[in-house]
Amino acid sequence: MSPLDRIANVSVLKQHEVDKLYRVENRPAPSTSDQLCFLVRPRVRTMRYIADIVNADKMSGRSRKYKIIFSPQKFYACEMVLEEEGVFGDVTCDEWSFYLLPLDEDIISMELPEFFRDYFLEGDHRWINSVARALQLLNSLYGPFSRAYGIGRCAKMSYELWRDLEEESESDGQGRKPEIGNIFLMDRDTDYVTALCSQVVYEGLVDDTFRIKCGSVDFGPEVTSSDKSIKVLLNAQDKIFSQIRNEHFSSVFGFLSQKSRNLQAQYDRRQGMDIKQMKNFVSQELKGLKQEHRLLSLHIGACESIMKKKTKQDFQEMIKVEHALLEGFDIRESTSFIEEHIDRQVSPIESLRLMCLLSITENGLIPKDYRSLKTQYLQSYGPEHLLTFHNLKHIGLLTEQTAGETLTAMESRVSKLVTDRAAGKITDAFNSLAKKSNFRAISKKLSLIPRVDGEYNLKMPRDMAYVFSGAYTPLSCKIIEQVSPPTRSPRAEHRFVRPAPLR
Amino acid sequence: MSRARADEEEYWHSSKFRAFTFDDEDDELSQLKESKRAVNSLRDIVDDDDDDLEKVSWSGEPVGSISWSIKETASSSSSLEGRDTSLQKGSSSYSALPKQVSSYSLSSLFKGRNRLPSLPSLSDAFSDTGVKNYAPELRRPKAEYKDYSNDWSPRDTVRRMQRGKVCSLERFRSLQDKLVLLDEAVAGHDGNVITAVLIFLKRTLRREVLFRELEVRQVALCHLIHFLKETGEQKLLLDLLRFLDRTEEVALSQYREHLNIQDVEKKREFLKGCIGLPFSAEDISHIQDHYTLLERQIIIEANDRHLAMAGQSEIFRKYPRKASILNMPLVTTLFYSCFYHYTEAEGTFSSPTNLKKTFKIPDKQYVLTALAARAKLRAWEDVDALLTTKNWLGYTKKKAPIGFHRVVEILQRNNAPVQVLQEYVRLVEDVETRLNLATKYKCHDVVIDTYRDLKDRIQLMAYKCKVERGSAEEEKINSLLSNMQIRWKN
Repeated sequence: MSPLDRIANVSVLKQHEVDKLYRVENRPAPSTSDQLCFLVRPRVRTMRYIADIVNADKMSGRSRKYKIIFSPQKFYACEMVLEEEGVFGDVTCDEWSFYLLPLDEDIISMELPEFFRDYFLEGDHRWINSVARALQLLNSLYGPFSRAYGIGRCAKMSYELWRDLEEESESDGQGRKPEIGNIFLMDRDTDYVTALCSQVVYEGLVDDTFRIKCGSVDFGPEVTSSDKSIKVLLNAQDKIFSQIRNEHFSSVFGFLSQKSRNLQAQYDRRQGMDIKQMKNFVSQELKGLKQEHRLLSLHIGACESIMKKKTKQDFQEMIKVEHALLEGFDIRESTSFIEEHIDRQVSPIESLRLMCLLSITENGLIPKDYRSLKTQYLQSYGPEHLLTFHNLKHIGLLTEQTAGETLTAMESRVSKLVTDRAAGKITDAFNSLAKKSNFRAISKKLSLIPRVDGEYNLKMPRDMAYVFSGAYTPLSCKIIEQVSPPTRSPRAEHRFVRPAPLR
Repeated sequence: MSRARADEEEYWHSSKFRAFTFDDEDDELSQLKESKRAVNSLRDIVDDDDDDLEKVSWSGEPVGSISWSIKETASSSSSLEGRDTSLQKGSSSYSALPKQVSSYSLSSLFKGRNRLPSLPSLSDAFSDTGVKNYAPELRRPKAEYKDYSNDWSPRDTVRRMQRGKVCSLERFRSLQDKLVLLDEAVAGHDGNVITAVLIFLKRTLRREVLFRELEVRQVALCHLIHFLKETGEQKLLLDLLRFLDRTEEVALSQYREHLNIQDVEKKREFLKGCIGLPFSAEDISHIQDHYTLLERQIIIEANDRHLAMAGQSEIFRKYPRKASILNMPLVTTLFYSCFYHYTEAEGTFSSPTNLKKTFKIPDKQYVLTALAARAKLRAWEDVDALLTTKNWLGYTKKKAPIGFHRVVEILQRNNAPVQVLQEYVRLVEDVETRLNLATKYKCHDVVIDTYRDLKDRIQLMAYKCKVERGSAEEEKINSLLSNMQIRWKN
């Protein structure tokens, strides 16, 4: 429902004679209207629900008109199911080719969360066509793209399918100045680490704490300091948000309190004003100030909620563990932390997230740890998660090291001959030879983990790693930086580069 | 006869693969009717080689021919194997086509074709150049026929399907053609089309044949598996996985069904059945545990419900149960057991020690959970007992397998009084953590003692303002500060 909210709200729909809105579920339609229109994603399960509704109507002798609108497109499997259920002739089908939703000035989303599971877990290519069409749409509006870069199988397939579409269509992109020059297509699985690390920039923390859906968030009473909750659109229109969204959380409070002081000073100007100035003030500035005041108080409230939640959850300690995992130190301590996290039943998702981070940075858990953590996870969060572990293993997020990847006898003999520090370096070299897809090798090659002497300067960061408090630069950002011509300072560049540019 | 004719008409007029039709059916139907009329009028125009208009059976043999009669004899004597295929294995028990529809000379229309005639289709007749010469007024642009069935190659068929056009796949009858079509679909990267082709193959191929071909086509295989999962064709899915020797997935796929079972008794039975499935060695013990746990929970739940309703038990009266223990994870069950049944002997099903033994719960987990439960009940002596061990000399020692800072955290969350908290804050090993916690929770004695041990005079003096004027703690600080014996660091 959320993307729909960004396009048309209920009142607009009512203007077009929509009586009521219901969610399609496994139960009879409570409506009494003569026409039912279903706006759905093309899922087999949904087709069965719809067929049940139509068949129930048939049984009770009721005849209505049914229209199904598939978004973004219809799938053949869906029609098959409708045919099977005997309702194919009773419904009319349409497609709403909705591929791209602009969430902000510089973010466009396909809003297809099911893509990840369908492609990466099930190996289903059903959405590649949608991606290609989205590219085609972008190309026709903002292109033509001069260069395309990509990493990953899905990126390649999407690109190829898109090129096919372009060849067939007779669009002429000539004579138009492209607004998008280069495109980068990246598979999510080339860089799971970015998705697994805790976010520490303001927008990320708001998402963690309150969940940003389609660019808007629900702030409850504890944030609004009233007994109501409100829905806020978080984008570049929000003047306060646009200034703090990409800042590291440590600088946000300072910024907000500075702003508050400024605001207070503005208000205080009223004291020394005469009538004419006051009139001017009220007509010109007051509204803006009031708006700013409202936004400020919201964001300050949000910050407080975030702080409260994070201190309760040992956030600091968890960040420390994450950084250790990224750098490859203190692995045993990190594993113990994760074990305790599971034992305390803190949060099923967070526990898994940490385990996956450990697995990716270490190229799999050692078998003893894998078995033990899995057992404890099942005991803490439920035995049915046996299936979860199987899925994660299949997708490569949480794996076990196989025998060939642990230290060989030769390596251990060599390490005995030298001192500890040197041994570490040698075993590192041997390990990186033995391991296949290797987080450490890649991060070394691309310098994803900055070398810092002393404290990492979060207020004036020299590189993009500040998004993870200096511990890690997102791979996609690094690649774009490397490929793009060097122009501005890192600070300015990352306004255009987010951890996941094309979703 | 007329009923058979109606059936035939029905066959010809319906699309075998209606799924691809986006257009209004009426259009097609009327076109078809026109085509049929046109074909029938052909009879008068077409110059046959044969005088007799041949009737043709489903397998393409002209009725009355030798091959046809052989087939008829064979089919009436042997029994048809019960396969779930369709017309490809065309059984000759179909009656010969009635005159009206197919009584035109097919052999003349199929002149020049090398392949065995497949099921005669109406528009095939039109694409044959021979017809066009005889009946030029029947020519219509190909587009008008809306793709009912024609000569698109596999590659083009896939392309057209990718664009959402109508495409009947019925023409791809030979296995070779089907596989070429499938491979083209896979090469086209569109999962929707791949699944569509698989739906067609599934319907027109015997499963063993299909499975065999998919075994060497990974991408298509993934799509079929996903499709079967989505449509809930569990049996076929399991057969496929068994065929591929993916025994572990067979087990997991069956186990997954337990999520759909609401009734606990049925679920228990189902889980019992899962134990024999071909899981990996370590997973078998997990399934076993799942079964045992649910079995245990059913017993506990039944007992406790009685106890709660009877109203005799104090603990159930004071802390009424908010939810049933069924289907909860083991640790939650342990917490529940430590909460409501802590003092029970090991013999009972609901005692914590019994749970610990049955499921081999490690000490660390046990202490953590029991601690949380007893702290919630504010049973500080129990907490103490948990953390105290006796060594062989009879001396007691406080030990925690989880770190005393965690103990403090749990106690504090349950609003333990400062005296209780203090005792455990004191035991936190890391000095900095100890100071932090002690200061945070106002365990003054601990702070004072720690600064004393650190010999940090400045901090001790600074701490004086945090304690109450005239309190015992203030006095203690003062006496320490004035103690000449201590060699302060600063």
